[in-house]
Amino acid sequence: MPMPRSTGWLIVIVFGGVALGGLGLPAWMISVGLSAMSQGIVVLGLVVLMRAGLISFGQGLYFGLGGYAVGVLSLEFGITDAFLRVIAAALAAAAVGLLLGCLLRRYRGIFFAMLSLAFSMIFYGLLVKNQNLGSTDGFRVLASTFAGRPPTGGANQLWLFLFACLLSAVCALAVHRYFRSTLGWLATAIRDNETRVEYLGCSVNAAVHLKLVLCSALAGIGGALSAMTVGHIDPAITYWTTSGELVFVAILGGAGSVFAPFLGALVFQVVHTLALAMLPHAWHVILGGVLLASILFMPDGLWSAIARRRERSHG
Amino acid sequence: MLKLKKDVVVLALAMGCAAAPLSDAWAAEKLKFAFLAALTGPQSGIVGQPGVNAAQMIIEAIDQGTLPAPYAGKKGFGSQEAELMPVDEALPPAQVATEVRDTIERNHVDAIVGSMNSGTCLAFLPVVEELKTLTVLSTCGTPRVFEEGNMQYVFRTSSNATADGITAARYLTRRMPDLKSFGGLNPNYAFGQDSWRDFSLAMKAFRPDLQPTTNYTPNYQSFQYSAEISSMLTEKPQAAFSSFFATEIEAFVAQMAPRKLNESTKLIFSTGETIMYKMGERLPDGVIIGARGPYGVFARPTALGKWFKDNYVARFKSQPVYTAYHAAQAILALKIAYDKAAAAAPGQAPNTDAVITAMKGIEYEAFGTTVRLSRSGGHQAANEGAMGVYKFDKATGMPTVTDVEYYAADCINPPDGTKAVDWLTAGLPGAKCN
Amino acid sequence: MAISLTILMDGLIYAAWLFVVALGMTLIFGVMRILNVAHGSFYAFGAYTMATLLNLITGAGLPFAYGFLAIPLAALAVGGGLGTMMETGVLRWLHGRDEVAAALATFALFLILEDMVPLIWGLDAIPTYQIYGVLGTTDIGGMIFNNYELSFILLAIVVGAITWWGLRHTRQGKIVLAVIHDPEAAQAFGINVRRVFPTVFAIGGVLGALAGAYSAPMITVYPGIGVEAVILAFAVVVIGGLGSVPGAMIGALAVGLARAVAVHLLPQVELFVIYSVMTLVLLFRPSGLFAKPVARRI
Repeated sequence: MPMPRSTGWLIVIVFGGVALGGLGLPAWMISVGLSAMSQGIVVLGLVVLMRAGLISFGQGLYFGLGGYAVGVLSLEFGITDAFLRVIAAALAAAAVGLLLGCLLRRYRGIFFAMLSLAFSMIFYGLLVKNQNLGSTDGFRVLASTFAGRPPTGGANQLWLFLFACLLSAVCALAVHRYFRSTLGWLATAIRDNETRVEYLGCSVNAAVHLKLVLCSALAGIGGALSAMTVGHIDPAITYWTTSGELVFVAILGGAGSVFAPFLGALVFQVVHTLALAMLPHAWHVILGGVLLASILFMPDGLWSAIARRRERSHG
Repeated sequence: MLKLKKDVVVLALAMGCAAAPLSDAWAAEKLKFAFLAALTGPQSGIVGQPGVNAAQMIIEAIDQGTLPAPYAGKKGFGSQEAELMPVDEALPPAQVATEVRDTIERNHVDAIVGSMNSGTCLAFLPVVEELKTLTVLSTCGTPRVFEEGNMQYVFRTSSNATADGITAARYLTRRMPDLKSFGGLNPNYAFGQDSWRDFSLAMKAFRPDLQPTTNYTPNYQSFQYSAEISSMLTEKPQAAFSSFFATEIEAFVAQMAPRKLNESTKLIFSTGETIMYKMGERLPDGVIIGARGPYGVFARPTALGKWFKDNYVARFKSQPVYTAYHAAQAILALKIAYDKAAAAAPGQAPNTDAVITAMKGIEYEAFGTTVRLSRSGGHQAANEGAMGVYKFDKATGMPTVTDVEYYAADCINPPDGTKAVDWLTAGLPGAKCN
Repeated sequence: MAISLTILMDGLIYAAWLFVVALGMTLIFGVMRILNVAHGSFYAFGAYTMATLLNLITGAGLPFAYGFLAIPLAALAVGGGLGTMMETGVLRWLHGRDEVAAALATFALFLILEDMVPLIWGLDAIPTYQIYGVLGTTDIGGMIFNNYELSFILLAIVVGAITWWGLRHTRQGKIVLAVIHDPEAAQAFGINVRRVFPTVFAIGGVLGALAGAYSAPMITVYPGIGVEAVILAFAVVVIGGLGSVPGAMIGALAVGLARAVAVHLLPQVELFVIYSVMTLVLLFRPSGLFAKPVARRI
């Protein structure tokens, strides 16, 4: 069976299955799943960059922009429609990605990472200074409506869960399609040797710029979903520790597949929840231990284990 | 393809197994209160752990019926015992919200208590409202809690932080009637910004002739204040208001004292009490300190207060700071409400709605002062305030305060229904001081 | 005039502190290509160990001046012990992996060690003020400065000079410089690059712990002090050019002076200073101030 087509269908089947499963899951699992999907979408964007050998330590900027776009829309204009929120967040983040991309596209390696970090920290500073947006306390995000209707009877989280499944599937499909396009294939070539790519007649900077816009938009969507899930937005979402966490999830999942970021995020959220509940006084030990173990023993991420079995079964 | 699906199923099962021990069915005999406090990070030792300690001690005393008068002989919450589940609050606000949701959904706690970081409570309030969970905030001081929405399930047993800015302004203008200049030193985050806003607005009402000098805004927990100190030594404001918190005060005072900033500028630390026992002789005499109300060294000398302090010191070998008093009075509010609800409908365990009805508007004697839930539909306390001048008693080796002044609740808290900033901007109309 | 002198002194004090914090990090990056987040742990453990030793010394009735002995002792113990443990226990197994994996591994170590601190020393702050006042104060242009803070400038000069001299004039130092310059060429000349790593990591650890130990009396120690130090060190190292010792010095001076100017003249912008400097430098010098040119691969 040719893989490209089946992966596309698999995305639909997996997220459809998750959505159906959501109807029977206990409330706290829905919450963990929601957090994992918001984070997974952002990390999906990081994977787009990672394939070209770029790591961003400032993804919190676009994650936060998405969240604040949602928050400001409801604060200033009273717009609470989930679809409008996500579109606005994606556009806002993509616009800033497009703008900053003009500068960032020239940078590689650690300097790309650190310049992204600097931009996100300046944005953090602007938010902290802004008392109208609640400074470090942030502000409340009104519950989402779906096509003009608010979910009834405390079903808010469930509706959001189904919505998140839909969004995740759409984003995963889009990125999957992108990976299969010429520009997508170019990523590995850029990582390995930029000069050769230029000799082929492709503009490396333009390709990187497009990746930046794509990953910003994905981070914006993730941020929007996160803000809608939490019902609150604050500047910590743009702080460097958040960005570092996102990179960690990207490495944990691996870059092998569009499923990897979601798997990584799910494992991360479960570990985080478990660690906080088990050792409230020393939960960083568990989180750090899992992180260390995954780097030492699963160099290509969680997905590699599955991918290896997949190869064997097809080989 | 089939193989792949199997992988997904295996994975899902594995995740399910990993998660299975999480969903322990909670035997519903004991009440379960989650207590939010910083358990990790810089604030854990100075304000977080004392809150947990006090809450634990009071719950045990209530379970065993060993509280003194006026609560003597009444065992339990209603007739139920309770247990405490500490939850770490030293995370970004949005993550605390997720954590609170998990705590409620997975552990089925009966109430959320505590929360000390200004602002973290704002993040999880929508969650407790959505999940209809009784919440008693012990400290979390931002006035926005009840100003931005109608809270059904949330109570707060301490005054909001605006009262501290007003207390400081009243105290300063009374002690230094010929004040010529004042400035500020307030860290760059919401609590620092709000504290300075409240204090400077109150000063504008009391001393409209004065314009504040510079308000320095060092980064949150930067712990490098050499440049700020130099600049203040150059500018020499007569007084400076600071909402530095816990470890920040300690670092600032350590760096300021050798350079004698306190000799040219009268320093006011709105939460200075948290650090006085730790610093002892190193905190210079003459610094003005507060404790977010009449708690700790400012606690009213009652038998109940003495019982609390003696037991706390005997058990934890340290003096209780105001977060401990705040925590204790929040737990006490729960007991009173549960007792009242149980008495109203004998023979059954009171449900959340009954406890909420019972808690609205209660007035009760707590360990530092009398708590009155007289604002926001009986959900928000307006308590009296206190401030004093720090003095290290060399004879006993104990930190003390002198020139303590108390301010009636209606003197420093906005009237019911008035937003804090509106009240301050209007010049505190209707304030009733003794 | 007086105010510009004050600004200069404030800037120098802060720059000196930044330089001492950042030096170990830039050294480790230069040689091992590891962006060491656990540098914050060296800082914290250095401060805590110093506090313990200081209280032992003053507790034994010795004069406070002996407390200064606690600083180098703590730095050597933490850098040597913890540094060697990290290198042999974890980082050794990551040779050949990319820079991000190594950086994340040190981030994991940082998280673990962060919560080890309260397990070892408890949640309460440990007093370290005893030696903070013993050096007295100095009046510079009508402004009183604490000599302990001024001594940071001296410490920075001494530590910087020793590192500089060690790199230029000792055999080991020259080997390290060769590895920083080009690991492959160094290997081709018969240097066992891997054998340099544990030593350099330990030295970087000693420097990080020294920064923590020396800062301890100024800030008193409590859980979580490493977090801010590590992000500031990052910024300084990137501004100066990763792996460059003079770069770290210039980076620290740029940030330190800019911050002092901001605090005195425009306190509202203090929050933005360090990242604005970093952005400006990277915009005009995309690899930091003192970066060496990298050959294009064709």
